[in-house]
Amino acid sequence: MKIMVTVKQVPDTSGKVAVNPDGTLDRASMQTIINPDDMNAVEAALALKDELGCKVIAFTMGPPPAEGMLRELMAMGVDEGVLVTAREFGGSDTYATSQILAAAIDTYGVEDDDVILAGRQAIDGDTAQVGPQIAEKLHLPQITYAGQITKEGNTLTVQRMLEDGYMTVKVNTPCMITCIKELNAPRYLSVSGAFEAYSKPLVTMTYETLKDHPLIDKSTIGLQGSPTNILTSFTPPQKGAGMMLEGAGKETTDKLAGILAAKHII
Amino acid sequence: MAFNSADIAAFKNVWVFCEQRQGVMMPTTFELISEGRKLANELGVELCGILLGDDVDGIAKDLGGYGADKVYVYNSPLLKDYTTDAYTKVIVEAVEEFKPEVLLFGASNIGRDLAPRCAARLHTGLCADCTHLDIDMPNYKGFLKEASTLPEERIEKLGTVKIAGQDHDVSRDLKMTRPAFGGHLMASIICPRFRPAMATVRPGVMKKREFCNECAEKVELVHPEFALAASDIQTEVVDVVKAAKKLVDLIGADFIVSVGRGISKDVEGGIKLAEQLAEVLGGVVGSSRACVDAGWISADHQVGQTGKTVHPKVYIALGISGAIQHKAGMQDSECIIAVNKNENAPIFEVADYGIVGDLFKVVPELIESFKAIKEAN
Repeated sequence: MKIMVTVKQVPDTSGKVAVNPDGTLDRASMQTIINPDDMNAVEAALALKDELGCKVIAFTMGPPPAEGMLRELMAMGVDEGVLVTAREFGGSDTYATSQILAAAIDTYGVEDDDVILAGRQAIDGDTAQVGPQIAEKLHLPQITYAGQITKEGNTLTVQRMLEDGYMTVKVNTPCMITCIKELNAPRYLSVSGAFEAYSKPLVTMTYETLKDHPLIDKSTIGLQGSPTNILTSFTPPQKGAGMMLEGAGKETTDKLAGILAAKHII
Repeated sequence: MAFNSADIAAFKNVWVFCEQRQGVMMPTTFELISEGRKLANELGVELCGILLGDDVDGIAKDLGGYGADKVYVYNSPLLKDYTTDAYTKVIVEAVEEFKPEVLLFGASNIGRDLAPRCAARLHTGLCADCTHLDIDMPNYKGFLKEASTLPEERIEKLGTVKIAGQDHDVSRDLKMTRPAFGGHLMASIICPRFRPAMATVRPGVMKKREFCNECAEKVELVHPEFALAASDIQTEVVDVVKAAKKLVDLIGADFIVSVGRGISKDVEGGIKLAEQLAEVLGGVVGSSRACVDAGWISADHQVGQTGKTVHPKVYIALGISGAIQHKAGMQDSECIIAVNKNENAPIFEVADYGIVGDLFKVVPELIESFKAIKEAN
């Protein structure tokens, strides 16, 4: 049994974000982080590793510097990293990305008792599509929005969160599960882990490695193989400045109530 | 003939996946039907619902009331509870048979599980969590003039994109607009080479049309033959549990009082004040992500990019600094009032009225002032 986790390095959109004059994101000025939901997927994998002693492999697609993220995950306890990187893969939308990651996972090898984990969604695109689409390409069952996972033999029982409650769903391995932040609290990397990280195996899969896989075709990967195109990207206008009220006492709140009542807002 | 998603000319009509849970239609479905009606009119085609469930004909008529011409209904005990496998199989085979050019889903936890799987199997494009949809170019350009900072001459020039070196006219493509990078950027996505163009649409964003009784009576129900066996389903639903506690209805609320990190010195007291203020106004309590992450309040209260998008009459932000992710979920409120100790808090950039002060002092005064004015009127 092994656990494969897909992870993504993303720009940190939680702070101030710089936008270029042409409406694209100024990535160079931004910090990169490991996508938060992916950290929950990694933690879920490591928790299963602690319990069952299985191997955990992290897969990522991105430019070569993403190796740094894989090393960080190794310091947390991930056993192996797979960096999927090639110019041909650039510009992929979720369809093309899942095509490539599915090929990488399949090339590594999916066995009957394996589990594949992914974060629910990445904070740069917020699509939540790559997990299910990898599962589809690998013909595996999926459970998304996992808020709790328990494993008994080759059966996983998952609490799949809904807006108004949850479903309890059972699935047999191999399967894909996408994880949400409520699932767990990701661990920190350990000092001894940091020492070991650079001696752990890291495999790079390029276009050359994957090009003979049936999922890899120029018409289904990269910008050319992406069914969706960006027509325009733009920044929304800032709302006009509102009224700052002077003071913070009763007279101020009375004034506000008066204005709202006069405008029939309350 | 084999299904070919690239044979654009073979596809016609706008479809909406009509999500029901336990035999009750999800409210988002009516929003999508209303929006789908607009798109179908712009394309000059029919609007159809696709409804899966167990004995759900009874809830199909309402779809007509919001604008559907036709509803394809698939009844089976195997479709009673949602499973990815069963729903994907039935929808994909229906699309292959009837070939809609547009297929919309609500961006619910079910829609966002199902739509990507269907898109991957059909080999077509899918745009996630859209907040605006257009077909007509003049309408789309009008929208950009309002909602973007793009210069007008650039907007006017839009009309074609280069695809494999060729100019492609986008006038019949679905323009799917959505926030990206946590709301810092907006992007309009098209799916020019494949059909159906698929989108999940954020709940609470599209406006419901007025219900038309006569249209509800006229809607045509179609029951196509379909094949589905228990062996098609690789997961087993053990149970479906509704949250025991009543969840807060942020999307339908006219008044929302939200709390942020500013309540940290007295979390319980801060939430209580927000509840009291909400009660005076007949509203509900929302929160920023920080409070949910800290475990101070349950996730159903969360407003913002990863929470809910709201547009109440009045949104009161108490001790919320106003991260862009939060603003993305509330900036379209009709009136925004912000109370924050920090006069430089970004929340004041979107506020109609701002008070710089300690919420623990200001809110009790606000409650008194609002009470007094309500009694006077």
